[in-house]
Amino acid sequence: MAFLELTDVDKSYGDHQVLNGITLQVEKHQVVCLIGASGCGKSTLLRTINGLEEIQGGEISLDGDVISGEGVDLNAIRTRIGIVFQSFNLFPHMTALENITLAPRRVLGVSKAEADDYAMKLLTRVGLADKANAYPDKLSGGQQQRVAIVRAVAMNPDVILLDEITSALDPELVAEVLNIVKDLAAEGLTIVMATHEMSFAREVADTIAFLHEGRVLESGPPDQIFTAPREERTREFLHRIVEAGRL
Amino acid sequence: MSLGTATRPVRVSSPLAQRRDTSGSVMLIGSLVWLFTVAFTVWTALELPAVADEGWRVVIGIALWLVVALAVIAGLPLLRGIRYRTEAARADAAGDLAAARAARSRATQSGWVAAGWTLPLIAVAVFAQFLAANDHAVQTTFFDVPFMLRSLQDILVGFWVNVQIAIVAEVLILVWALFVALAKLTPGVAGRPIRWIATTYIDIFRAVPSIVVIYLIGFGLPLAQIPFLSDLGPFWSAVLALTLIYGAYVAEVYRSGIEGVHWSQVAASRSLGLSYGKTMRFVVVPQAVRRVMPPLLNDFIGLQKDTALVTIIGTVEAFTQAKIYAGNYFNLSSVTVVAIIFIIITIPQTRFVDRLIERDSRAKTRS
Ligand SMILES: Nc1ncnc2c1ncn2[C@@H]1O[C@H](COP(=O)(O)OP(=O)(O)O)[C@@H](O)[C@H]1O
Ligand SMILES: [Mg+2]
Repeated sequence: MAFLELTDVDKSYGDHQVLNGITLQVEKHQVVCLIGASGCGKSTLLRTINGLEEIQGGEISLDGDVISGEGVDLNAIRTRIGIVFQSFNLFPHMTALENITLAPRRVLGVSKAEADDYAMKLLTRVGLADKANAYPDKLSGGQQQRVAIVRAVAMNPDVILLDEITSALDPELVAEVLNIVKDLAAEGLTIVMATHEMSFAREVADTIAFLHEGRVLESGPPDQIFTAPREERTREFLHRIVEAGRL
Repeated sequence: MSLGTATRPVRVSSPLAQRRDTSGSVMLIGSLVWLFTVAFTVWTALELPAVADEGWRVVIGIALWLVVALAVIAGLPLLRGIRYRTEAARADAAGDLAAARAARSRATQSGWVAAGWTLPLIAVAVFAQFLAANDHAVQTTFFDVPFMLRSLQDILVGFWVNVQIAIVAEVLILVWALFVALAKLTPGVAGRPIRWIATTYIDIFRAVPSIVVIYLIGFGLPLAQIPFLSDLGPFWSAVLALTLIYGAYVAEVYRSGIEGVHWSQVAASRSLGLSYGKTMRFVVVPQAVRRVMPPLLNDFIGLQKDTALVTIIGTVEAFTQAKIYAGNYFNLSSVTVVAIIFIIITIPQTRFVDRLIERDSRAKTRS
């Protein structure tokens, strides 16, 4: 059984079915990239894994435990599954350091000194030690997103979900954020990420899953997906990406 | 481009550049308004002190001649305007159309400035005339200064009670209203009755006129002979009534502040494993506090003014004291004193709120 496993997951908003029988296996230390057109359900999928959205059918399990459905301790699950959003969502009334240490201190009960210490180590690694006491509105988009990644990593999660984390960034800031993801992957963190950065996905991912209208239309190793996609839709999508100069 | 530099020509020969010359008529309007104002204020200054009470003649005279002086000074732009007109004529003669047009535009501007600055002085003079009307009846009824000074001390003692009521009520409201707001935001099916109770409370106390609530609490509780509540006394009855009334308003202020925090902030906080309560406490409420400051302070200003209403249940505060004086001497000037005190404490606060709002809107446009 895979480390993170989604079996036949359905999700709808009212009558609108957004996820339609999603099945996906993510092994430990793997990087899985979700690709697909805007609106195909990538964000929704990530949000259901983190328990931010209820699902109407199917099952999600982590390390053998079912983590979907009624009665699960969402707060506990969320300490093991981190998520980073496209729009950073840093807390504007807290410094970078306070953003990072909030959850370790208030959820895990780590002491302030210890939390600060660990946060500073992580900030140093992403090159932001000097910004520890800066408020988000004094940081560039790339810096904010790096802090947001550190905020998720500081909880030492088993899995980290990244939802188009570079889409809101100016092109020249994308690399500084993706390099951190590469580091995390190299360290063996399990990562599921929705992305439009195809060359990055090709380089870093172990598995690519192509989503179309709420289904995983096909998935496989990057080389196969990018060079010999089985599905016509996948081919079309990649073709459009190439035309847009993104691959 | 500022309006000042906007008068610089781009293409002198274009028909657009040949604006009609209105500087003459505007200068004429400015001059007439100025002349009238000077004449009117001089007449007021000559006439009013003559009929004033003995002691006031000098003071009123000085004040009114000061107005005359201001009126005269307000005419200075007219002199500048005349200079610009001569400049324009000279430039015209020299064929420098651009310079002529710029000078004429400045002359027009000067005419308007003169008119704009003299007009308010007419209002001041008219007000002075109003005070003096009917043999100074208005002045003595509302602004009998010796009487005002005599009543001042007792009124200040009373006003201290208003201040105490306001401060105690404000502190209680800060806590009580947050409690009500969080009750109204209780999530889930289980929380529904709590939401209903909170909504009912807010609806009732926003619907009933403040003075009715004060009356019912101030006279009703003692009559009902409820232990503890009946023995509150006028001060604490007033505090209780105002806390209940303004707690309803401030709860709504809090609620809109909390709901105004973007849902993505809640998502971010919950995704880190923080519970609903911790999300409220560490993420949402701290952000809401900042945005609720202006409306909260506005409600507090309203509350401070409403402390005068508690006079109906016999709390001895500023207005009560003023009414005693007014009743004994058949003169309302003591009540004017109360009005003036409220003006003095309220205006700085409203300016402060304006500053906060301005700061917040600037912060918003920045991000
Ligand atoms: N809160 C919501 N309420 C209703 N519909 C939603 C909501 N969030 C997303 N959707 C719909 O779900 C679909 C998938 O959205 P999303 O997961 O954001 O796609 P992606 O991230 O792949 O661009 C879209 O059609 C979107 O309109
Ligand atoms: Mg998305």
